[in-house]
Amino acid sequence: MESGILLQLNNISVVYSDVIQVLKGVSLSVEENRIVSLLGSNGAGKTTTLKAISGLLKTENGKVTDGDIVYRESSIQNSPPETITRLGIIQVLEGRQPFKYLTIEENLRVGTATRWGKPYKKDMELIYDYFPPLKERRKTLAGYCSGGELQMLVMGRALMAHPKLLLLDEPSLGLAPLVVKEIFAIIERINREQGTTIILVEQNAGMALQIAHYGYIMENGRIVMEGSSADLKENPDIKEFYLGMGASGDAKSYKDVKSYKRRKRWL
Amino acid sequence: MRKLRFHPCGNFNERYEQELTIFETDFGRASLVVGLVILFAVIPYASGPYLLYVLNMVAITAIAAIGLNILIGFTGLLSLGHGAFFGVGAYAAAILATDAGFPFLLAVPSAGLITAMVGTLFGLPSWRLKGLYLTIATLAGQFIIEYLLVHWEGLTKGTMGIVLPGISIFGMALDSDRSFFYIAYICLIVMTLLAVNLMRTSYGRAFIAIRDNDRAAEGMGIPILSYKLLSFAISSFYAGVAGALWAYYMISITTEPFNLGLSVEYIAMVIIGGLGSIVGSIYGALFIVGLNEGLRWLTGILMSVDMLSSMGLSMAPLREIAFGAAIVLFILLEPRGLAEVWRIIRSNFRLWPFSY
Amino acid sequence: MEFFIQLLVNGLSIGFLYGLAAMGFVMIFKASSVLNFAHGELMALGAFVFLVLISWAGLPVYLAFPLALIGCFILGFVVERLFLRPLIGEPLIYVIMLTVGLASIFKGIMLFIWGGNLYTFPDFLPAGLAIHWGSVNIPPVYVVSIAIGLIFLMLFGLFFKYSSQGIYMRSVADNQPAALSLGVHVRKVFALSWAIAALVAGMSGIVLGTINGINVHDLSSIGLKVFPVVILGGLDSIGGAVIGGIIIGLLETFTGGYLSTSLRDVVPYMALVFILMVKPYGLFGLVEIERV
Repeated sequence: MESGILLQLNNISVVYSDVIQVLKGVSLSVEENRIVSLLGSNGAGKTTTLKAISGLLKTENGKVTDGDIVYRESSIQNSPPETITRLGIIQVLEGRQPFKYLTIEENLRVGTATRWGKPYKKDMELIYDYFPPLKERRKTLAGYCSGGELQMLVMGRALMAHPKLLLLDEPSLGLAPLVVKEIFAIIERINREQGTTIILVEQNAGMALQIAHYGYIMENGRIVMEGSSADLKENPDIKEFYLGMGASGDAKSYKDVKSYKRRKRWL
Repeated sequence: MRKLRFHPCGNFNERYEQELTIFETDFGRASLVVGLVILFAVIPYASGPYLLYVLNMVAITAIAAIGLNILIGFTGLLSLGHGAFFGVGAYAAAILATDAGFPFLLAVPSAGLITAMVGTLFGLPSWRLKGLYLTIATLAGQFIIEYLLVHWEGLTKGTMGIVLPGISIFGMALDSDRSFFYIAYICLIVMTLLAVNLMRTSYGRAFIAIRDNDRAAEGMGIPILSYKLLSFAISSFYAGVAGALWAYYMISITTEPFNLGLSVEYIAMVIIGGLGSIVGSIYGALFIVGLNEGLRWLTGILMSVDMLSSMGLSMAPLREIAFGAAIVLFILLEPRGLAEVWRIIRSNFRLWPFSY
Repeated sequence: MEFFIQLLVNGLSIGFLYGLAAMGFVMIFKASSVLNFAHGELMALGAFVFLVLISWAGLPVYLAFPLALIGCFILGFVVERLFLRPLIGEPLIYVIMLTVGLASIFKGIMLFIWGGNLYTFPDFLPAGLAIHWGSVNIPPVYVVSIAIGLIFLMLFGLFFKYSSQGIYMRSVADNQPAALSLGVHVRKVFALSWAIAALVAGMSGIVLGTINGINVHDLSSIGLKVFPVVILGGLDSIGGAVIGGIIIGLLETFTGGYLSTSLRDVVPYMALVFILMVKPYGLFGLVEIERV
């Protein structure tokens, strides 16, 4: 696979409301055409990292105070989201944020905002090809669709913008395991067929590592571990804390819960 | 003796009572006592009749503004009918005092109760309406009440207005500005304490829960309709009491002042003072009344300059512009209002010279 | 019977005017969920700009009308830029209060310049537009207002339903963070919606001014009458604005004609409360979709 560096975060710090420091020097790099997953517990700063890249920090009174974000050799930290999206970086927000009062089709059309005035009919067909359920419900208001349909909708909406880099924030949130499997299969397919680079933030570490090429583990606003997915999957710490398996690799059961907790080695 | 508590440099509360106290420190409590002494012993004797008049107006307005803050700032229901409720209170007091011969001490609370009932009635749309739709329904309430005040002549004497008897408590005639000052400020203090304490009870917490997320509040078992109505009732009770005081103070009342402009002025006070801050409403009232009087003074000066008065400059446009500019500037520069400004000033003193 | 028909015609025409005035209001609401209390003042400003252009600068109508509209468009743009942009992301009540403040400032400025007097436009509509139908007369102004109302209704309907810009506007009103994440230029959308709204407001101000004469107080109080109109129709429905306008117009003229003139001004509000109790989101408003 062709591998040039598409995006690089160099030691960035993010501060909300001038006082709350969330990211304390995060560095990561994303190669072109790859799926990179970003794992970590709640509050580790994964979403903040994505927002720092997409420029959405601004609306939440957050700022990149240190370090720089380089996308294709140009610095984009603290640019407004309008500029960043037009460079081809699209974020899919956490928790499925549809436009409730717009129909599915209108929702998809909003995705064309970055290239207003260009034809979009063909893209629409492509999206319906990826997500067949959407086609059946194209005239329904998004507010009345199910969680799985909405996740497909928001991903499809982002694809309408022809992203070079897609930031997916917890696509599996609150979905049935079967639907999650389906969604992840589609993510992989998008990466394969469209050549879209994807940063995937997930709680479901097992699924994420299955489709990702590379992974970063975040904790307390820092990157604490990185490696190829295969390596990470074999790491005993990851197994214990993220994959829910005993160190030996079998599924953990309550029967053999140890009385002491395994110490995280990176701390 | 327990230790006097000054400014803690962090949150060291160990019991819920500490969390819930009104004053964190003994210093705060002491300064309140000193403030009250100055308010009642010094100010009425140190200020002239005009200043007393302004201060009395501040007290009356502040009571109504606190009521509106309970509705907007704590329960999250934006009402555009507060001015009309104020009018209902004024008329209720006037009618009770003249036709029914109620004494002052009875007329004011009764006027408050009547207004509370009217307020609940006009709060009924909150049964089905939410957000901006409810706001517009209260706007309708404003116009309907205004219409009734003017056209229900059998009760309100229409545009003729009503003249009230002077205030007397237990046969003591209290009709000077100074004696009214005591009445108004005792009312204000009682009403403020009531409001502050109300917000520390389960009722107050229910209001705040409804403001923050009414669906979640409902899920927690708060009957939201009755609490919304209660909030309307309490808020209009405050408006009613303030209106009644105002009616007694003005002696003769007409339907004119209770228009939409007054409602908007109250909202402005609540916002300028600080949404969800009881004390802030008092600052807001002080600010708006001060602004009105200041502008009147300014136009007085401008009018005395011959050239300007011959140009036909009148007060109205100037007042409109200044009023609008005050609102706009506050919202743009310090949306959390005077209460926040005051907090910042205070903490600057407290933390000086290490402001972080 | 003749009286009835004349009332009907009057009610319809006034209703169309209200509807027209309400459209600009709905425009702002649709893009940013803001109730614009300065709408009446924007209407009055439009009328005064037109007045200045046509009678004091002496421009012909075909020049003055578009110029006045362009002026309003720019004004809307500037207002958004100066006052509303800093508030993006703040709670709605602040934004609403800001429009109240703006209303006050505009009104003050207009009173300052033009005073509270009543002005009239020179007669500029050709009398041939009037419709005589038996004993019923429809003056040319009404004909023009109905025509303008219909044209704009169609334009806006198409704009919001089919054009990309219209869909972006609705998306911003619906979910601002999501719109931002997709690269919708939210600030541009707001500016555009305020500019268009000011344009529509100015236009309805001009039409209303032609009928009743222009007076700061009158026009700004019509701005308040817009509230029952839009709420009746549902805050976010352009078609609803027109139908709400017609209902209110008819109600007003009929109570004025048959009951009493003083009741005229409150009847819309009473109707409003009743209709809202039955249909909480107005006749055509979007029912709020609440998902927890």
